[in-house]
Amino acid sequence: MEITVHQLMFGLFSALILVFSVLTVTTRRILRAATFLLLVLVSTAGLYFMLSYEFMAAVQLTLYAGGIVVLIIFSILLTSHISQKFEPVGWKKAYFSALAAVAGAILCITSILQHQFQATTQAAQEVDMKLIGRSMLSTDRDGYVLPFEVISILLLAAMVGSIVVAKRKKLKE
Amino acid sequence: MSGFSYTVLIPIIPLLMFLFLGLTGHKMKPAIAGLIGTTGLFISTIVSYFTAYQYFFVSGKVEGVYQKIIAFNTVWLKLSDKLHIDLGVLLDPISVMMLVVITTVSLMVHIYSNGYMKGERGFHRFFAFLSLFSFSMLGLVLATNIFQMYIFWELVGVSSFLLISFYYEKPSAIKAGKKAFIVTRFADLGFLLGILLLSYFTETFDFVTLTTPGAPMIAQAAGVTFMGFSVVSIALVLIFMGGAGKSAMFPLHIWLPDAMEGPTPVSALIHAATMVVAGVYLVARMFPVFALTAPDALTVVAYVGGFSSLFAAVIACTQNDIKRVLAYSTMSQIGYMMLALGVSGYGGHDGLGFMASNFHLFTHAMFKALLFLGAGSIIHAVHSNLMTEMGGLRKYLPITHITFLIACLTIAGVPFLSGFFSKDEILTAAYHHNKILFFVEYAVAGLTAFYMFRLYFNIFWGEERHYHHTPHESPLVMTIPLMFLAVASIFAGYIPFSSLVTSDGAPFEAHIEMPIAAASVGIGLLGIIIAWFMYKKPKAAPDKMASTFKHLYKWSYNKFYMDEVYLFVTKKIIFAYISRPVAWFDRHIVDATMNGFAWAANYASFHIRDLQSGQLQKYAFVFISSVIVLALSFVYFFMN
Amino acid sequence: MLTSGIPMEAFLVVSTVMFFAGVYGFLTRRNLITILMSVELILNSVNINFLVFNRFLYPNHLQGHFFSLFIIAIAAAEAAVAIAIIINIYRHFNTINVENVDKMKH
Repeated sequence: MEITVHQLMFGLFSALILVFSVLTVTTRRILRAATFLLLVLVSTAGLYFMLSYEFMAAVQLTLYAGGIVVLIIFSILLTSHISQKFEPVGWKKAYFSALAAVAGAILCITSILQHQFQATTQAAQEVDMKLIGRSMLSTDRDGYVLPFEVISILLLAAMVGSIVVAKRKKLKE
Repeated sequence: MSGFSYTVLIPIIPLLMFLFLGLTGHKMKPAIAGLIGTTGLFISTIVSYFTAYQYFFVSGKVEGVYQKIIAFNTVWLKLSDKLHIDLGVLLDPISVMMLVVITTVSLMVHIYSNGYMKGERGFHRFFAFLSLFSFSMLGLVLATNIFQMYIFWELVGVSSFLLISFYYEKPSAIKAGKKAFIVTRFADLGFLLGILLLSYFTETFDFVTLTTPGAPMIAQAAGVTFMGFSVVSIALVLIFMGGAGKSAMFPLHIWLPDAMEGPTPVSALIHAATMVVAGVYLVARMFPVFALTAPDALTVVAYVGGFSSLFAAVIACTQNDIKRVLAYSTMSQIGYMMLALGVSGYGGHDGLGFMASNFHLFTHAMFKALLFLGAGSIIHAVHSNLMTEMGGLRKYLPITHITFLIACLTIAGVPFLSGFFSKDEILTAAYHHNKILFFVEYAVAGLTAFYMFRLYFNIFWGEERHYHHTPHESPLVMTIPLMFLAVASIFAGYIPFSSLVTSDGAPFEAHIEMPIAAASVGIGLLGIIIAWFMYKKPKAAPDKMASTFKHLYKWSYNKFYMDEVYLFVTKKIIFAYISRPVAWFDRHIVDATMNGFAWAANYASFHIRDLQSGQLQKYAFVFISSVIVLALSFVYFFMN
Repeated sequence: MLTSGIPMEAFLVVSTVMFFAGVYGFLTRRNLITILMSVELILNSVNINFLVFNRFLYPNHLQGHFFSLFIIAIAAAEAAVAIAIIINIYRHFNTINVENVDKMKH
């Protein structure tokens, strides 16, 4: 059986994701955790490319990798020392949490592998920017203008909210 | 609905007055509050006089028989098609007569109170309660069904309680109020049981249905027997128990003398003229049922009435508190009325007792209210209730003296005054029915004359006492009601009751039987003369009498130790052998169980408290592991 | 097709592992920021699932695509608010250790 280049790419991305997502949650240096997270997110964007959702991949890169991770790093710098190492997690806590996580993972994976997904015969649709833009602003059956507007309000509220929350109170008792 | 629907105003106006005075009375001047209450009742009085005129002389009669008219009716509480509780207005001879009695006396008392209660704290409260009472009493007599009557019956009890304990800072008044309330409540338990029993078997509350002679449901219910007695008899005796409680019949009379702790106008209104005759009214209302289906219950009524009247008359001879004398006198006179009902038959001349009872109720209301108001006037002047602190008052209180004398003569049965006529009818009815009861009543007539004139001579004649300040006649606002009632007491006897208020609504011819009348007048005069000799001038005779009949005197003076008997029964027997063990059970078993639950919950919560650590990650861990366990169990149970 | 020869399940397994890595982090980490990072992992794995299902099962629809698009937007908003709160907490308690933050009112 020959390994195609696609399979190779997938293997690379998945390996990156698996390794770094585990490292993200186990490393004892916080800045490294942020870096590993960044790598995970970038690899995910690779997966999106493979699924030929180029727009999503771009969004993933700009928003997640570019926006959120940078935000996280900023807040790390604001609240922690870079060289600071976490104390190791208590073995009891680690053990039980790992047990729960592994059990859940096994449960999910077995059920995924057992299930027979219905292969589709439908022709794939080209997802280009034009289509996405149309759908986003369309009021048809497949249009998403309402969630779009709602999300815009949500973002506004989040923006105002985070400013209010993070603002230093002037009048303090 | 006939042309009488305006009668609903008669009880409604006092109700509105009660609400108005009760809610806003404290903001107005006392005099204005009094004026408003009096005016309200005045309107009610006018309306009831008009109603009486309309009913008796214009449109109440159909083919010579007074009809029962439902002037107004509304379903108040509909429980099912068959079982519903109505509120309404029933007009028939007795209810119309009661309307007149209640509004007249109540109006007089209202006017009188404006003077008597002047300067008292809670003046507006007093008038509000008076209005509440008037409302309840009017609602009671106008009731179209026995359940409405019961509701108002309780309302009357409440207002009586409120008015007896009007001076709520005085411990004795509070005690008296409680006693009155508890004793009558206890009696009302019988009433309620009677109502339930009766309506269970007859399937109706309605008076008109119940009291129609030969009503099928009564006959049907009468067929049911329990322990050898007809169910109807048992129910009626129970209902009579309620009536006996309200009307202070032996042995449920003990609250009445103590109720004299209330302000005197209240005693006049509630405990002499109106509320205490509610029991008589109740029996009169149910009279056709009593007379036609349960004569044995009627016999009970007769004997209880007769015994109470004798019992009370004996006690009245030895009491020193003038209001207590009057209270026992009231009890005695109500005993008369009960007895008259008890010896009566139904229809035509057989119904003489029924007519006499209502007649006596009417006249008694007038002269007893007069006596109480007169007593109030005396107390107002002397600031004492005790006969021993009075004497020679005739010079100072001329109007009170004359009116009081008229009342005494009336109650003693002196000819041509109203008491003579009504009492005579009762004696006649008793004579033709039961000789024993007749002689009892005959003796009571003499005793009545004796103790009333003992009272009269002691107060107005005899030795002059040393008063704190010279007694003076009461103001006009108090003496006008006295004069009005005196006139009513004189002339009420000329009302042709036998053609107005009869057991079956049809008029009959009642005439005075000369021998009986002469005998009763004779014994009355005898009583007066004995009293005159004994008490007109201070003499040693009364004391000598007292020491001669030492035991009788002592027993009578202590009211035959009825209070002590009650105390013994309640404290030594009921409390010790029933209430205490029950209380112990309640505290150590019932409460302990509940406390045990509380303790267990407390214990358990104390020990599981640590689960609630407040740490987010613990919660998340529990959540996630639970989800996984649930998912696993679903997989295990449903996927195979 | 870029995914030819790769079974759908492979993607799903990857996302599952990522998800439970996030869960593990959420349960064990003490630092609020690392907890936030774990949450991001979880969200990201969900996104992968949406897109995979969309691509493999309903390729002519766009629901999954848009769903994950909105999820990213919400994740961004959530991260912004969460970090604002974290900074506020740091100012109050001088720590962002989740076990030391047990008072809502200060």
